[in-house]
Amino acid sequence: MRASKAIKAVLRAATSSVGPDARNGSKNGHKPYRYSAFDLLRHGFSQADWPRAWRKHDLKSSYDVVVVGGGVHGLASAYYLANSHGITNVAVLEKGYIGSGGSGRNTAIIRSNYLTPEGIRFYDRSVKLYETLSADLNYNAMFAQRGHLTLAHNDSSLRTMRWRAEVNKLGGVDSEVIRPDEIKKLVPFMDTSEDVRYPILGALYHPPGGIIRHDAVIWGYARGADARGVHIHQNTEVTGIDVAEGRVRGVRTNQGDIKTDTVVNCTAGWSTLISEMAGVRMPISTFPLQAAVTEPVRPFLDPVIVSGTLHVYVSQTDRGELVFGASVDPFTSYSMRGSLEFTEGLAGHVLELMPSLAKMRLLRQWSGLCDMTPDFSPIMGVTPVEGFLVDVGWGTYGFKAGPVSGETMAELVATGKTPELIAPFGLDRFGRGNLMGEKGAAAVGH
Amino acid sequence: MILLLCPYCGLRNAAEFRYVGEVSERPDPNETGVEEWRSYLYARNNPADWTTETWYHSAGCRQHFVVERHTMTNELRASQLPAAQLRDESEERATGGNAASDGGGAIY
Repeated sequence: MRASKAIKAVLRAATSSVGPDARNGSKNGHKPYRYSAFDLLRHGFSQADWPRAWRKHDLKSSYDVVVVGGGVHGLASAYYLANSHGITNVAVLEKGYIGSGGSGRNTAIIRSNYLTPEGIRFYDRSVKLYETLSADLNYNAMFAQRGHLTLAHNDSSLRTMRWRAEVNKLGGVDSEVIRPDEIKKLVPFMDTSEDVRYPILGALYHPPGGIIRHDAVIWGYARGADARGVHIHQNTEVTGIDVAEGRVRGVRTNQGDIKTDTVVNCTAGWSTLISEMAGVRMPISTFPLQAAVTEPVRPFLDPVIVSGTLHVYVSQTDRGELVFGASVDPFTSYSMRGSLEFTEGLAGHVLELMPSLAKMRLLRQWSGLCDMTPDFSPIMGVTPVEGFLVDVGWGTYGFKAGPVSGETMAELVATGKTPELIAPFGLDRFGRGNLMGEKGAAAVGH
Repeated sequence: MILLLCPYCGLRNAAEFRYVGEVSERPDPNETGVEEWRSYLYARNNPADWTTETWYHSAGCRQHFVVERHTMTNELRASQLPAAQLRDESEERATGGNAASDGGGAIY
């Protein structure tokens, strides 16, 4: 008894540095707080508050770079600017809280088995960055590479799968077409019988694909960026962008004006509106995409299941919930209200694949905004307005591209040269008529 | 789910329709340069506000028509036939042809 009291006293002394004033970030300058085993034990005993993972700052009147949008793209761009290029006088402006847009609404699927060589190269770099992300950020993002199955229900999709597999292999991405009996081994609950409405003829199997804890990715990048001196401003909405003589001069927000030479538009859903503030027109239409989650059950589903024909994707989280997503709604809208029609269609399609889920209950549904481009590829890089850069048009593939987009946009800002990896995704491709045709995107029915 | 007012069939569930897109003036293909033509093809206003757009009643009368919709709330107002068709029909009317109903009205 006395020994435990003594231990507590020692621990209290050790935790005294974590006082109330330390709540706004760690006390030792910009050094990030380490979540070590010793700290975990110490906090367990002392019950003291953990320090904030990122700090609150006053809005400065000028920044070298202003990133609009505090999602995975904006925070990753800021992180790589500070970490890889030493540009730390950066502000990330977020109108809500960080990760409140598409980054917190997606279904957290990571994969790189796209169809165009440019797409494969780009998304594969992202998968590689995700693989080491937890270690790089010292923050567990729980990336689980459980494999990714894209089902084919008819001859033409099977042909597309074969095409994709071969292009993937050429690009060094692990991807192959497997037969129904092999699918059955991976997913015993799947109905692979032949006498159903949509029989499964095969699947594109992509072992490195998987799911991640999307909130942790946002928080990890925010924490890493903050530790390197980036200012994250939440509840700060951009109301205007000042452009004079063809170049960016500043940004106006509801919290005050900022002078800057470089603005990076990393928004999703609102990207057309932000670009319009700088006078740049975009080939983007905004569609809502609905998703839903069930009550948690014991783990039974390992890989991520996608069916383009049935417009549904299913994965089981580490908590045991099944996460369902669909294709985008049939018409453009900024409204994020769910519809009964979606839930009905979704449930029907999921039961088509796994009839044993019939008794499971949906916990909630939500939707996010997808900025669709005519060729299912993003729009990245420079615009006709000097200093106004875009990282937008992320449709249904934005989250999986977060790290590589941050890395390449940071390189573009720092060097002024468009990295080769994103050169095919420039805004000028529409004027030149060089569209991408990425038929491997989730929104595309095969 | 929203209800759309088809000028021919009246109020119907939006599931019966196919969304075509924003109404924009097509430039004369013989007078336009490549850049302007591609801008017409790809660039969109995509407003978070009232917008005028074309819908197609695919599971009904299979006619195109134009509605005004608020993209934040999906509130609808003023359905009408496409401008080109209105022109045709006013000519028909002048020549004693059979004109369709004019639709219209504020609808949710």
